[in-house]
Amino acid sequence: MFYREAGQFKTTYAADQALLPIRQDRYAMLFILAIAFVGVPLFAGDYWLTAILIPFLVFSLAALGLNILTGYAGQLSLGSAAFMAVGAVAAYNFQLRIPGMPILLSFVLGGITAALVGMVFGLPSLRIKGFYLAVATLAAQFFIPWLVTKVGWFSNYSASGVISAQPIEILGFPFDTPTRKYLLVLGIVALLALLAKNMVRSAIGRAWMAVRDMDVAAEVIGIRILHTKLIAFAVSSFYCGVAGALYAFAYLGNVEPDGFNLDLSFRILFMVIIGGVGSILGSFLGAAFITLTPIFLEVALTELNAAFNLNLDPGVTSMAQLIVFGGLIIFFLIIEPHGLARLWQIAKEKLRLWPFPY
Amino acid sequence: MKKWKTTLIALLGLAGGLAMMLPVAAQQAGTQFMGILGYRVGPYGANGAAFFTGMIDYLSLVNERDGGINGVKLSWEECETEYNNAKGVECYERLKARTTTGPTAIHPMSTGITYGLIDKAPVDKIPLITLGYGRTDATDGRVFPWVFPILSNYWDAATGIVKFIGDKEGGADKLKGKKIVLLYHDSAYGKEPHPVLEAEAAKLGFELKLIPVPHPGNEQQSQWLQIRQYRPDWVILWGWGVMNATALSTAQKVGYPREKMVGNWWAGSEIDTEAAGPASEGYYAASLNLAGKDFQVVKDVEKFVYAKGKGGDPKLIGTVLWNRGLAAAMFTVEAVRAAQGKYGKKPVNGEQVRWGIENLNIEQKRLDQLGFGTMVPQLKITCADHGGSGLVRFQQWEGGKWKAVSDWMSGDRALIRKMVEESAAKYATEKGITPGCMKG
Amino acid sequence: MSFFFEVLIGGLLAGVMYSLVALGFVLIYKASGVFNFAQGAMVFFAALTFVGLQEKFALPFWAAFGFALAAMVVLGILIERIVLRPLVNQPQITLFMATIGLAFFIEGLAQLIWGTNVRRLDIGIKDEPIAAVLERFDIVVSSFDLIAALVAGVLVTVLAVFFQVTRVGRALRAVADDHQAALAVGIPLKQIWAIVWSVAGFVALVAGLMWGARNGVQFALTFVALKALPVLILGGFESVLGAIVGGLIIGALEKVAEVYLGPYIGGGIEGWFAYVMALLFLLVRPEGLFGEKRIDRV
Repeated sequence: MFYREAGQFKTTYAADQALLPIRQDRYAMLFILAIAFVGVPLFAGDYWLTAILIPFLVFSLAALGLNILTGYAGQLSLGSAAFMAVGAVAAYNFQLRIPGMPILLSFVLGGITAALVGMVFGLPSLRIKGFYLAVATLAAQFFIPWLVTKVGWFSNYSASGVISAQPIEILGFPFDTPTRKYLLVLGIVALLALLAKNMVRSAIGRAWMAVRDMDVAAEVIGIRILHTKLIAFAVSSFYCGVAGALYAFAYLGNVEPDGFNLDLSFRILFMVIIGGVGSILGSFLGAAFITLTPIFLEVALTELNAAFNLNLDPGVTSMAQLIVFGGLIIFFLIIEPHGLARLWQIAKEKLRLWPFPY
Repeated sequence: MKKWKTTLIALLGLAGGLAMMLPVAAQQAGTQFMGILGYRVGPYGANGAAFFTGMIDYLSLVNERDGGINGVKLSWEECETEYNNAKGVECYERLKARTTTGPTAIHPMSTGITYGLIDKAPVDKIPLITLGYGRTDATDGRVFPWVFPILSNYWDAATGIVKFIGDKEGGADKLKGKKIVLLYHDSAYGKEPHPVLEAEAAKLGFELKLIPVPHPGNEQQSQWLQIRQYRPDWVILWGWGVMNATALSTAQKVGYPREKMVGNWWAGSEIDTEAAGPASEGYYAASLNLAGKDFQVVKDVEKFVYAKGKGGDPKLIGTVLWNRGLAAAMFTVEAVRAAQGKYGKKPVNGEQVRWGIENLNIEQKRLDQLGFGTMVPQLKITCADHGGSGLVRFQQWEGGKWKAVSDWMSGDRALIRKMVEESAAKYATEKGITPGCMKG
Repeated sequence: MSFFFEVLIGGLLAGVMYSLVALGFVLIYKASGVFNFAQGAMVFFAALTFVGLQEKFALPFWAAFGFALAAMVVLGILIERIVLRPLVNQPQITLFMATIGLAFFIEGLAQLIWGTNVRRLDIGIKDEPIAAVLERFDIVVSSFDLIAALVAGVLVTVLAVFFQVTRVGRALRAVADDHQAALAVGIPLKQIWAIVWSVAGFVALVAGLMWGARNGVQFALTFVALKALPVLILGGFESVLGAIVGGLIIGALEKVAEVYLGPYIGGGIEGWFAYVMALLFLLVRPEGLFGEKRIDRV
């Protein structure tokens, strides 16, 4: 009833190609942005901002990066966390070694460094496919943190190898409170998401999808495969790199190379798969799901334990969390292998007909 | 299938709605709330389970036996960090918001999480107690007023081990020309002792070889063949998790005597030695606390907590890490008691607890009263010295249990102090901190 | 020179231990096209069930082995029914992700049942240098390693015979070649999958016992999977022989590199060296040593 596009006519090609062709979607998007930019900072507490929303946004960005590579260009990668590490360490070093460096430029340069490294590790993708490629990207996952730990220069010879990120300041304005950090991260993520959305609708995005669907066929119709795949690796790593820089500067405040481990890469891949392969919205939904579910489970179990006086051992609740989380992932994949984004589509279809489904 | 999907969409909506109500739990008013960042899953889950069970058992003991601290009952909540820095920060933020007095003092039990919280602690006014881990230079409380690496830090362990080896060889002067290998976990934790060991090597004239083991360290063939070729007089084991057991069993495999291996205190629990079985026989480890059940406090825990069915896991009683958990909780409780002495017998907040820790002075008499006896050394914290004792004691694994083989001893305290101050001063300039003691 | 041989032999024998784990991956990939990331968790589950049974009911070795094997078979059948069957015909990546979820589930379940305590596992083989070899050649060879190699050899032979000779084995190979064609000629796909997962459970149990006897049975057993992955890509996902040969090559090169190259670039290179090596090798032969060559058609 509420979600119906009847009566909305498109009279120009431009209107037909708009980012959000349906009016309700446009309003919804404006509404969400308004809430994110105005409502949340006004009402959310520190806990929500620092412990949930900032990591959610950072992970969304990383998932977006991986989704470009895996979802659009069809190249499976298990090295996203390593590229995040490159972004974080590079941003730290740009900030440290070039006096008066604007922090945003450091983030961008961190992303570009990650993109270059990503291209190097993307080179084998021309020959290697599928799981062979996935396992091969693990080389990046293990090599990069090792390199960062071994070469003291990267961490400015800090005894423990842990870097503490510089404070964020733009044009003399310090981003030090949770609210300010949140707004900064939100701004960057919104901008990059918009960019990604447009990129996947452009020629390069279509080339990626052609390569994903069948690379031999794509080659036959004149798409330069190496070129296309390398751009996908570069763009994806750029997003991961920026996400890594934000993770270090706006979220944790320090960089421990061991923090960017295989677990994190898997989490990001989960976000993409659960959210929806080949969907920008899916990256956000997936990040929300993977960030929130464990916290939700833990709080729920603690509450249940207290409410019914179950007297469960903390060890038992920790295990139960792990089991439920694993089970949920399997459950989701079985019910909807195309991810949350697809569920949202179905929901929209239903809303369109509601309340008269026939 | 179709029906499932509709249900799923509805469920997700519901979960989303519920999620908005996070965090919910409210703690009983009028209690001293302790936030616990624990971990019981993952590769270090066994270590975490032992430590945090001990901690909680002691808190239960204080409630059951004494009715709380001066009548103020303790309450606590444990949040699972999975030994993961990001989850640790989330847990910290969640527990921080629980009550008006905050989570008392946080024991992260992870060097990585400690690093993540060091900058947050002063802002939130929550003290961090890092018992035998974390940032070594935080011992200088004038630069790190909110961080307390109490008892001993990594450099105390490293120099203590060198001293112990010297004693075994018949005097520090006998170390000249000896060969010592540091077999370390290739991470921030494993790199921590390098500067101080290199300084000791230069001073005492022994040859030091550093051999890293990549995480997780479940396969050490090449490292031990290198050791076999180098033929060192001693091997210092600086591992964590499965790496320790593997080191011991691989040492046996290449025929290196375990009586010539000394571990630090994260390589010296039953978890490490039992897993390697008889291969551990004869192995030494530095410790912050003794293992065993022959302490009044352990008997009290059995009597007041476990006999009432309120304990954690009876199998853990008396193990190294469980005892360490008891000690960690005891220091926190004593700090609260000290703070109560100044601020009144009611729940105290982070700032007041910080004062309590900084003015902690636990002498042997008090340790005996508390039933700890010789399990831990005496401790006196001051603003300049957040470490307190710097003492370590060595235990040897013999016939399936740890046996103390030395008295409490300390390494080169002067050297450590000098290096701590240098490193802390560097941090202070980087962060723009003016070193000084906090009032009140 | 004797040191070089010591490193080489040590590496080869370590490689056998990797192969033991890699075998489980190969079996499942071969028959169902699933890259089963839960194999590490299964190794952990198997070993933990074994020691848990031994500890709780004081069972003798073979009884505990039998019950643990039964548990793995039940687990395999359940996985087939609950996880794989509903996911038939989904993209490989979805199945892969499902197995990671499965890994979480199994890890949690194992520790919920048996607790997080680290346990010692004694299978009665001494992990000490063989004195005769040590005296004669000054080379350390552990009897444990030799037995591990023997076990791996027997396992491979048994599997090879099983695949080549038995009816079920032939059906398995048919399924591996083409699911649909196999179905069309009347091979019961579901049963075959249940069998394969059970056999993989058996391999996991053997690997769990060997690794657990050395390092203790603890959560870190799940990490052995990471040691097996480079072996897999080097040897090829579909080849049992590849798992063994790949393991030997990776083990030997990794150790030689760590000992001779490591000291010059800071050491601790084992974590990534095998992966980089496998990567370089793939550039020459993208399907691994013994993998099946794929031909892309439009």
